Amino acid sequence: MIKNISNLGDAALYCDFGNSINKELNTNVIRYFKDLKSKNINGITNITPSYNKLIISFDLKKTNYKDLKKIIENINLSEKISNLSNKIEIPVCCQKTFALDIERLEEKLSIDRKMIYQNFFNKEYFCYMTGFIAGMPFLGDLDVNMRTTRLETPRVKVPKGSIGLTEQFANIYTFESPGGWNIIGKTPLEIFDTSKNEKPNLINPGDIVIFKEISINEYNEFK
Amino acid sequence: MNNFFEILRGGINTTFQDAGRTNLNHIGIPSSGAMDTRNFQLSNSILGNKINNPVIEFAYQGPLIKFHGDKINFVITGDVIFKIIKGKNEITGICYETYSIEDGDIIDIISTNKSVYGYLAISGDFDLKLQWGSCSINTKANIGSNNGKKIISGQNFNILNIHSNQLKRKLNFVNTKIEKIRVIRGTNFNYFSDKGVKSFFNDDFFVSKLSDRMGMRLEGSKIENVVETNIRSEGLVKGVIQVPADGNPIIMLSDHGTIGGYPKIGVVISADIDKLVQLSPGSKIKFQEIELEDAETLFKLYELETQNLISQI
Repeated sequence: MIKNISNLGDAALYCDFGNSINKELNTNVIRYFKDLKSKNINGITNITPSYNKLIISFDLKKTNYKDLKKIIENINLSEKISNLSNKIEIPVCCQKTFALDIERLEEKLSIDRKMIYQNFFNKEYFCYMTGFIAGMPFLGDLDVNMRTTRLETPRVKVPKGSIGLTEQFANIYTFESPGGWNIIGKTPLEIFDTSKNEKPNLINPGDIVIFKEISINEYNEFK
Repeated sequence: MNNFFEILRGGINTTFQDAGRTNLNHIGIPSSGAMDTRNFQLSNSILGNKINNPVIEFAYQGPLIKFHGDKINFVITGDVIFKIIKGKNEITGICYETYSIEDGDIIDIISTNKSVYGYLAISGDFDLKLQWGSCSINTKANIGSNNGKKIISGQNFNILNIHSNQLKRKLNFVNTKIEKIRVIRGTNFNYFSDKGVKSFFNDDFFVSKLSDRMGMRLEGSKIENVVETNIRSEGLVKGVIQVPADGNPIIMLSDHGTIGGYPKIGVVISADIDKLVQLSPGSKIKFQEIELEDAETLFKLYELETQNLISQI
């Protein structure tokens, strides 16, 4: 449940769900997010979930902090919506030219690449949130022995489709963009499709993602 | 006859903008939309357009445009120096006044005057492909009309549904500048030392050259953080003032990223955003703390003022 609601400026609610970052707490955030979204409450312009917060922006011409806070505090969450999550398989090719940081990771984690990939593939990851760049999913949790820090000097350009690891999360670069995550492979799938008017992003908060290893031939066939 | 704008010079950062997009922040798509909402709305109101019709927004140096077609009206809002060239005649333009142009006439938007953004609206509709319900161009993410890219020389933009038999309307309005920006305490206010908070509210800050549609970077005293220079990434809204480890505040504007991980010392009140974005690099800013209730009242007053202006047209 929401621990505390305060105001973020004069046109947004700042809902705090607690300090820790875990699946249970984030599932709660996403439950609220999905439910509020489906209720189409007058005046709300954006609902942005993250690990442990939910920011609700509103149009100050239509409502205000006090009124909207009351609505959120008294909301009855519908049980149905909370269980709607998709399971998505993401093919990943780990050949040398795609796995930009695999050597660095072997060193940092003190395990060899065979072990890294064995730990990484064929298990379920939970999408905590999407954002930073359009459609980028933040997926957790990585095994404890797979967790490490960002690159000291971020790359100016991370290729589109790259799979990165940092701390307890994996992400997917939906566009070529600057970034400092440790890159271990690349997916040929279009994760974010700007040409789609409805649902441009393949992965949404609350979805389950499973990474599957593919060969370079399979990767090329995708294109 | 085919009506279109031929762009002879793009200008520095010329884009199509409307009121922006809603309900997409959760997948990482910023709201975008006109930086100065009031001047954007006034440009449409003066021409009798729908208030959120797409317009051309420009920053500093604007575009040089040749019109091809029948007759059309246009208006420019903001504090802008521009000329209209009709054959051998040159007219010095006045903002908030409607002008008619015909085939071959040229609009030369020379520059904004001690401000940043200006708006060009027409008595018709630009033929634009909307993306997620809005034309608004975000050049960093390549979202919006014109493939999400800024308007450059050599491009043509078709115009549909011209309604040029409107009365020529105008508005007497002068943009005022502000130095004092009013803010509400941010959610990480207590991350900063007493000294940091003191410098935030007492010292002068200056708008940096690195400011753009995403954010306004400030220079001045470094704001000291005593708790943690990063937070868990979370949602952002327009007006949030983030302070990264270097101590220099950044104010989130229309194209801001949807989530961020720097502590928030404050949030600019809604009523001050339009004037804030017009402060050019080098301008001085002072922050003043106010309470939420006062911010709400000030917004009501601001809205009332805008409605008054519109009713005077």
